[in-house]
Parts: sequence; C-alpha cells; structure tokens
Amino acid sequence: MSAQLAIEAVGLVKTFGATRAVDGVDLAVPRGAVYGVLGPNGAGKTTTIRMLATLLRPDAGSAKVLGRDVVAQADEVRSLVSLTGQLASVDEDLTGRENLVLLARLLGFTRADAKARADELLEAFGLADAAGRQVKNFSGGMRRRLDIAASIVVTPELMFLDEPTTGLDPRSRNQVWDIVRALVAQGTTVLLCTQYLDEADQLAERIAVIDRGRVIAEGTPAQLKASVGQGALHVRLLDADRRDEAEQLLARALDAQVHLEPDPARLTVPVTDAGRATGAIAELSAAGIELADFALGQPSLDEVFLALTGHPAEETVDEEEAA
Amino acid sequence: MSATQSRPEPKQDEVYSALASARRPKPPGRLSMCLTFGWRGMLKIKHVPEQLIDVTLTPVLFLLMFTYLFGGALAGSTSEYLQYLLPGMLVQSVLFTSVYSGVALNADSTKGVIDRFRSMPVWRPAPLAGAVLGDSVRYLVAAVVVVVLGLIMGFDPGSVTGVVAAIALIVVFSFALSWIFTTVGLLLRAPQAVMNAGFMGLFPLIFLSNIFVDPATLPGWLEAFVHVNPVSHLTTATRGLMGDGASAWEIGRVLLEAAALAAIFAPLTVRLYRKAS
Ligand SMILES: Nc1ncnc2c1ncn2[C@@H]1O[C@H](COP(=O)(O)OP(=O)(O)O)[C@@H](O)[C@H]1O
Ligand SMILES: [Mg+2]
Repeated sequence: MSAQLAIEAVGLVKTFGATRAVDGVDLAVPRGAVYGVLGPNGAGKTTTIRMLATLLRPDAGSAKVLGRDVVAQADEVRSLVSLTGQLASVDEDLTGRENLVLLARLLGFTRADAKARADELLEAFGLADAAGRQVKNFSGGMRRRLDIAASIVVTPELMFLDEPTTGLDPRSRNQVWDIVRALVAQGTTVLLCTQYLDEADQLAERIAVIDRGRVIAEGTPAQLKASVGQGALHVRLLDADRRDEAEQLLARALDAQVHLEPDPARLTVPVTDAGRATGAIAELSAAGIELADFALGQPSLDEVFLALTGHPAEETVDEEEAA
Repeated sequence: MSATQSRPEPKQDEVYSALASARRPKPPGRLSMCLTFGWRGMLKIKHVPEQLIDVTLTPVLFLLMFTYLFGGALAGSTSEYLQYLLPGMLVQSVLFTSVYSGVALNADSTKGVIDRFRSMPVWRPAPLAGAVLGDSVRYLVAAVVVVVLGLIMGFDPGSVTGVVAAIALIVVFSFALSWIFTTVGLLLRAPQAVMNAGFMGLFPLIFLSNIFVDPATLPGWLEAFVHVNPVSHLTTATRGLMGDGASAWEIGRVLLEAAALAAIFAPLTVRLYRKAS
C-alpha cells in the first residue's frame, strides 16, 4: 500500500529534555509533488525533517522514506534524498565552486566530471560570476540558490527543503520558487517546511499544518480552506441602483446575511457551498440584474491557521531557534 | 571559467537541463572520501590563513620572550637556556595547535554543513578522518616555525634524524591529545568556548611541566605533579631526541600515554559525532 507514498510516518516523537519537540506526527506524503509542512516557529518542523532525513533517531514511532525505514535502512535513505537545511548547509569558508566540487567528489564523480557538474549548476543557478567567491560573501538569495544546487548535484528522488525562503527578499523568493517548481516538474518529490502560508499555498499540492509538535490539519490548500467553513461570494453590479433588489434576492437564495460594501455597487454574501452560489448568480441574471463581475472568494490560509490553532501563524512562539 | 557569459539570474531552462543530466555515479570508496575531506581541510587553510598565523605567532612570541627575558635569570645565559627551552617550545606550540582540531569540528557541527554530510551516503567517520590531514599540516607548520627560529637564534639541534624523530613523536602525541578537544568540541556550543576550555586545560599541563624549568628547583608536591605529567614525559623524550639521545623507555612511555588518550577519547568523539543533533 505504501509503494505510492514518498514518506509514511506514524507517531513520530522526539523530546529534548522537557520539550516535546515532535509529539506524535503522522504523515503520508504522495510522490511527485510538493508537500507542505506549515507551522509557526518552534512547531517542530525542523525536528521532523531531521528525523526523516536520518539525522535524528525518533524516540518513538516509525517512518519510511521511499519505502525504506529511516532507522534500519538509513544508508539507503541517504542515497535517495537530499537535504537543504534551515541553516545554510554549505561551507562558508569555501567558494561556491569548491562547495559543489566537494559534494560531487563525495558522490563519486571523477575530478573532471565534478568540475563540469559544478560549472553546469553554477551557470544554471545564475552563480557563475560569483563561483570563485567565498560563500560567506554571498547574498542571502545566492546562498540559498547554492544550497539548493548543492542538493541536486545528483537529482534526488526526494528533497527536504527547510524554510528555503525565510529572510529572502521577494525577488529571491520567486527565484527559489521557480527552482522548486522545476524540481517537481522533473519528478522529484519535495517536502517543504515553511512558516509562510503564502508559500505553502503557492507551491504545495497538499499541506500538513503542524503546531506544538502535532499535525492539526491535513489536506489540499482548498480542502483546508473549506474545512474552516465559509468562503464568500463577492458581487459587483453594473447598475448600483439595483443593489437593494439584489440584496433581497441573494439573501433569499443563499439564506444568509448580505453585507453591503462601501462601494455602492458591491455586495458580499457568506456561502457554505459553491453550488448554491452559482444558483444565486443565475437567479440574479434571470431577474435582469446585470453583473460587472463576481468572485467566489475562499478564506486565506491565515484565517485557516487562526481558526485551527487559535493563534496567528506568523506569531513567533519561540525565539530560541534550534539547530 | 565561464564567467563571461553568466547571468545573475537562475535560468529555468538550464535548471531543467541540469536536473535532467544528473546521473548518479558509483559511490567512491572510504579512503577516497577521507581524501576528499582532507582536500577540504587544505582549502580551509588556504581560505582562512589566520588559523596558521595564530598557530605560528604564539610560539614565536613565547620563544623570543622566554629566551631573552627570562633566559639569563633561569639558566645563567640565554644560549644555554635556549638549548634547554627549545624542545619544550616545540612541544608547547604543537600541543596548543591541537586545540584547533576541536575548534574546527565544533565550527562544523554548529553550522548546517555537517547536516548535509550526514544526510549523504558518506562514510560517517570520513569528515573526522579528513580533518586529520588539515591538522597535520598545522602541526608541521607550528613545528617547523619553532625549529627554524631556534636555529636562527643559535640552537644546536644535534642530528637531523633526532629532530625529525622528535617532531614525529610530538605529532603522534598531539593527534592523540586532539581527541580530547574534538570530544569537547562536540559537547560545547560555540567554537570560542572550545578554544577557551582547551587552553584553560592545557595551560596548567604546560606550565606545570619541565618545559620551562628544571623540576628539581620546585617544591616537593609540585615536583611530584610535574613528574607524572605526560607533557613532561613528552618534553623529556623530545629533549633527548634533539640532544644526547632518548631511552626506549622515555619514548615508549609517551607512545603508551598517547595510545591511552586515543583509546579513551577517539571512541567518545565518534560516538558523540554519530548522535550529534
Ligand atoms: N537540539 C535541541 N535541543 C533542545 N531543544 C530543541 C532542539 N531542537 C529543537 N528544540 C526545540 O524543539 C521545538 C521544535 O523545534 P524545531 O523543530 O526547530 O521547530 P521549527 O523548525 O518548526 O521552528 C522548539 O521548542 C525548540 O526549541
Ligand atoms: Mg525550523
């Protein structure tokens, strides 16, 4: 049954002293897509990734990565995955090229092949100019790109990406996102930890929301939004004079309180199901009330997180960033 | 270098083709992995030459200061004292250098790069073994600096083989000792803390030894400590090798102590390294 799953974790637990960093995490990550692990700082994302990448031994529970047990078959797991950690996992004292050549040599490339592979990656990631500079002189975005390049010296079947865009400017963030999309398009599965709702929404096909070491919700972004309940139908009329008429009709059709927006041509109605919303639109046009536009808005993931946890996602729970 | 036509932007199509062209070669052998990490150690010395400057400047200062400042008072003449002091300086400078093994390991493990190595199909002790190569370069530089400076100052080295044997003995002992510092390096949080702890531990061992003064001049209880201090044993053997000859017991004792240190602390380091979080 698990042949289709890239990651299958059951009841993972890791404690550090009194802290239950990961407190019974279950994950079922399908192959060939981005799977988002979304949670605030201190939620246990990094600890979970470190267990899955064979860097930490779980205190309880078990996990299979690409069908191999992370404890009993750690070596096999390591030869199929790569990790781009939260702390830049490149050597700051070495140059960009030296970092890649080093990794290529460790993976078994000959000296000449290692150099060629390094140059190919540097060129593709827009780092060729900086290749001879020590990484400590790289910008944040360049360092992240190098870090990801370092993870694909050999294309992994599964890639762990721990907060790849934290601290990056929007432009660099977009570049990283494009690279992640390219990875997935080439068939790599990506487990992406992030505290940005936007990032999970943009990239992930499914998301596990994690808080205080537990998965508190799981599903596609749309399912998560739907599970919080209401979206809203936003309507803009061509003729603002007919708003009262439209209000009565929508209130009846959707059995809900209609909200009149400051813009005299706009109305908003909470909806529980998209089918009834389309029905209401049809009724409007049957009554001859013409629409300039309408949209079925879903709640944002921010609202999802707030509803699920009772606290906003961006809140910094724990200043002490763990290694 | 293909710097001429490069762009600062990642190129989506090239990213695709780079991904597509990545084949996985046959994994290298353990020795080859160790050598690759050794190469990394050399690169680090090349890019961070400060670590060599520390290593060489301190012994130079010590040698000059002790010889010319205290030599007359301690041994009657500076040239006589130099003859007595230089082998001990050689011991001191290389031993201090061994603290850097722990500092380097700590710097690695507190940054993310060790996570990458540990998440790759790399033989676990290979990064440690590779670091040994970088360490040996540091040891040799420290030793050569002291010997050359000594020669300039007028030290009479006896025989070349004696000097080479002395350096070899010191390097062997330092490797053994460095396992203590790598253990400490994995236990403490910051490289600076490892440096401080290492030097604090080494200072009493070095000053309460026969490096600077003849222990016969010390009070009894102190003399007793100096006599059991392994640093004294190493210094005695070094003096012998660079002078009138060392007995098999004097050399054997140092090797035994080195073996004991390594037997205790090497497994400890490897254990900590394996489970380092
Ligand atoms: N090595 C460690 N020692 C002690 N506490 C740790 C360690 N690693 C993580 N923690 C703690 O475990 C919790 C989860 O941390 P982490 O997995 O890093 O969360 P996230 O990656 O989601 O920010 C935090 O409270 C953190 O302080
Ligand atoms: Mg984290």
